[in-house]
Parts: sequence; structure tokens; C-alpha cells
Amino acid sequence: MTALEWYVTAGKIGLVIGLLMTVAPIMNWVERRGAAIIQNRVGPNRIGPFGIFQAIPDAIKFLFKEDSIPGHVNGFYYFIAPIIVLIPACMTFAVIPFGDPITIMGQTFKMQTADLNVGFLYIFAMASLGVYGLIIGGWASNNKFALLGSMRSSSQMISYELSLGLSVIGLVMVFSTVELGPMVQKQADVMWQLGPIAIPRWGIFIQPLGCLIFVIASFAEANRLPFDLPEGEPEIVGFHVEYGSMKFATFMMGEYMNMAVASGLIATLYFGGYQMLPGMGTLLDSLQLSPAAYMWSKLALQNISLAFKVGLFMWLFVWVRWTVPRFRYDQLMDLGWKMLFPLALLNVFITAVMIYLGWV
Amino acid sequence: MLVKGKKTLFQDFYFFETLTGMIITLKEFFFGTKVTISYPEERRQYSERLRGQHYIKATNGVENCTACMLCPTVCPSECIHIEAGERQDKEKYPKTFEIDILRCCFCGMCEEACPKDAIKLSTIMEMSTSYRPIYDRAFLSEQRGNK
Ligand code: SF4
Ligand code: SF4
Repeated sequence: MTALEWYVTAGKIGLVIGLLMTVAPIMNWVERRGAAIIQNRVGPNRIGPFGIFQAIPDAIKFLFKEDSIPGHVNGFYYFIAPIIVLIPACMTFAVIPFGDPITIMGQTFKMQTADLNVGFLYIFAMASLGVYGLIIGGWASNNKFALLGSMRSSSQMISYELSLGLSVIGLVMVFSTVELGPMVQKQADVMWQLGPIAIPRWGIFIQPLGCLIFVIASFAEANRLPFDLPEGEPEIVGFHVEYGSMKFATFMMGEYMNMAVASGLIATLYFGGYQMLPGMGTLLDSLQLSPAAYMWSKLALQNISLAFKVGLFMWLFVWVRWTVPRFRYDQLMDLGWKMLFPLALLNVFITAVMIYLGWV
Repeated sequence: MLVKGKKTLFQDFYFFETLTGMIITLKEFFFGTKVTISYPEERRQYSERLRGQHYIKATNGVENCTACMLCPTVCPSECIHIEAGERQDKEKYPKTFEIDILRCCFCGMCEEACPKDAIKLSTIMEMSTSYRPIYDRAFLSEQRGNK
């Protein structure tokens, strides 16, 4: 690799990791403030404008709290469990593309940290690694309630991972690729032209059912309400009862990063990824920039579009959280196995028929 | 108790129910009126009859109390302690007058029992401290209220 490639790669990694690390505190504020507004309260509003820097004292508090390790835990596994939750969550974002390839000094760079030809199979592999963190955390805590919490989480994750994987198969059949870059590029095509409005070939328009199943299953994968049985803050005991201070905060950070990854995936697979929002293309063309400036402003607009879409889905996570109460465990399993799984199979079947008939 | 009712397929999928709920929460998000306040800056209007911090009313700079011991007798929490003494003008007066405010239940019985209109409960309700306060005579003699 040349020096330039090293710089670009390091820059991309820094960007992705940096963004993911900032997501947790920002989402923490959005969640608390959003919850407050939905529940007709005021919410945290003391630190900074609208309380936006609330996360800083929170982090300081977590860092300076006594990091007590209960005497009955298995020290090593107790220590690595939060790390095992955090690292796959960071790594997953690597394959999500955030812009069209750009050319610097004659070399083309893909705006994607790792361009793997296994595409989102990598994401599923990484996402299912996260469950090990929960299990190890529960097991190492040497507490039966923590262990029960992690057992709940593992069965939930396995149940919903099936639907998650199956719902994407329809998309793979339509686009005939598992790589996210080409998939996003194909979503730019126009499906129907309704007068001046062009409906793009976004995943949601081709696979509405698949999109719905994917969204629901990713809620369960990210352990968010209404499927937050693994942790269950208010009443049932979760896998992290024995954790405190920064170790607990690491679990929470992992959860928010999982949320970011899930939102990124929903945006990339079903909502055109970094494809520009309506109106941005017209704006860009009307500016009449030089080729280099055109390329950079296009990249910036694409990044903004992706960030906007991801932010929208993050907000969806928060919004649903303060709307729907938690599912009972049997309801959760019923929904996973009796509704989502058959529907995902049906979706694969319908897609196959439609492709056979040449409709999509 | 688990109540098993008949559910339609739509309800079983929870999807439309969830959507309805989400519309409600979004309405609250945009149009809901706050029911809480930013406390120290904004305050609620409390009743004039609120029973708060005690004080002993004074007339012309002399406290009304004659140490008749009615309030320590009536106090259900037994938190008033009075030692009587004699003033220059041969009037009985409380040499010490202490209220263990942590035991007080703010029932207002002392105020009702007092024949001399001396002990009063003001409308001050912010009384939290970091130590266990005993209100002594000097503290209680501060006039804080219009009762
Ligand atoms: S308010 Fe009630 S409890 Fe408090 S000092 Fe008076 S009589 Fe006793
Ligand atoms: S009842 Fe009134 S006058 Fe009698 S001791 Fe108490 S405060 Fe003083």
C-alpha cells in the first residue's frame, strides 16, 4: 500500500470509530430528552443549551465511580464481557458504505472502511458475536438472575437472527449481490416515473414486507424496547446486575452502537444508503462546480444524507421505546417464531415468484 | 392472572396497534403541554394555609408565648421542648424553646392549641439541611410569615 492509501484508510477508520463513539453520548441525551418530552416532562436541561452536554458529567461520574468487583465473580470473564459487547459493535460499521468512490491523485478510493466481498454476511457474523458478551457477562457474574437474563438474551437473539437473515434474502435475490456498495448503487435506479417524481429502486419499495421484518428483528437484535428482556432495567433482572461504574457504561455504549449499526443497516439496505435525499441532486447540478469541487461536495451531501437517514432511524428506536411496553417472554417467542419467521419465508417465496415472472 | 381473549390476526401482529401508539406519542411530543416545571427557577403557587416552618409571633418585639405548655402537651410527635422562666416584668416566658423539626409531622396542632397566638407555621416549605436541625428560640423568633 502506498502512503496515500494508508492515510485514507486511517482517516476512514478514524471517522467511523469517532462517529460511533460520539453516538453513545448523543443518543443518551436524545433518549432522555425525547422520553421527557413524550412524557410531558422537561428532562435534563441544565448543562449546555437544552442540556446537550449532559453526557459529559455522566461520563465523569461513571469514570470516577468506584469500580468494585464483587467477590464471587470470575474476574477474567467478568472483565472481558463488556469489551466483547463493545468491539463487535464497533467493527460492524466497517462495511457500511458512506459515499460514492472518490478519486484522489488518480487513485480511486471506496468510501467504505472495509470492502469485503462477503458484504453483510460479515455484519451478521459480527452481530451474533455480540451475544457472547452478554452470555459471558451473565455467566461470570455467578448470579442466577444474571445468568437467566443472559439465557433470555441468547434465545431471543437466535430467534430473531433467523428472521433477520431471511428477510434480507429477498433483497439479495433482487439485487443479486451481498456487497453493500453495489447494492446501494443499484438502489439509485429509477423504478417508476410518476410525472416529475421519480421513485427510486429503494429496498423499501421493492421489499416492503422484508423491510418491516428487518426493522422489527433489528429492534430485537439491538435489545431495544419492546424486546429488551435481556436487560429489563425497570423490573426484571438483567445480565448486568453485578456490573457497575464504567463497565456498566461500556455495556450501554455497546447497546447504543448496536442501535447505530442497526439504523445504518436499515438505511443502507432499504432506504438507499448514501443516495442523496430528494432535491440535493438538483441543487448540486445547479451549482456548476469544477469536477474536483463537484466530487467533494457530492461526497459531503451523500454523507449528510446517510447521516440524516441513520439519525431518523435512531429516532425511530427512541420513539418506539417510549411507545410500546415490553413484550412478555412467551409473546416475544410467539412473535418471533409464529409471525416473523413464516412471514420472512413467505417474503422469500413471493420475491422468487416475482422474479420468475419478471416483475422486479 | 392470564386472560386469554380472542385476538384478530392484525392485533396478533401488534403492528397496527404499535402504529396507533406511535402516532399518540408523536402528538405528545409536538403538542403536549409540560406538566413538570424547572423547580428552583419556576415555583408553583401553594395555598396560603400551607403548614411549613415554625416561628413564634412577636408583638412589639416581644414574643407572644407565655410558656403555658399547651403546645408540648398537644404535640403528637412530642417534639417541642420548653423551659419556662420569668421575665423582668414578672411575665412567664420560654427560656428555651426547641423544636426537633425532624420529628415534627406538620400537623399544626400546636398552632391550634396556642391561646396566645404565638406559635405559627409559616408557608416556607424548603427546610432541607445536611445536619439534624433543632430549631432554638433565636431561630424561632425570626418573623417569617404573615399568619
Ligand atoms: S406541627 Fe404538630 S408535630 Fe409539629 S410541632 Fe406542632 S404539634 Fe408538634
Ligand atoms: S401554646 Fe403558645 S403560649 Fe403556650 S407554650 Fe406553646 S407557643 Fe407558648
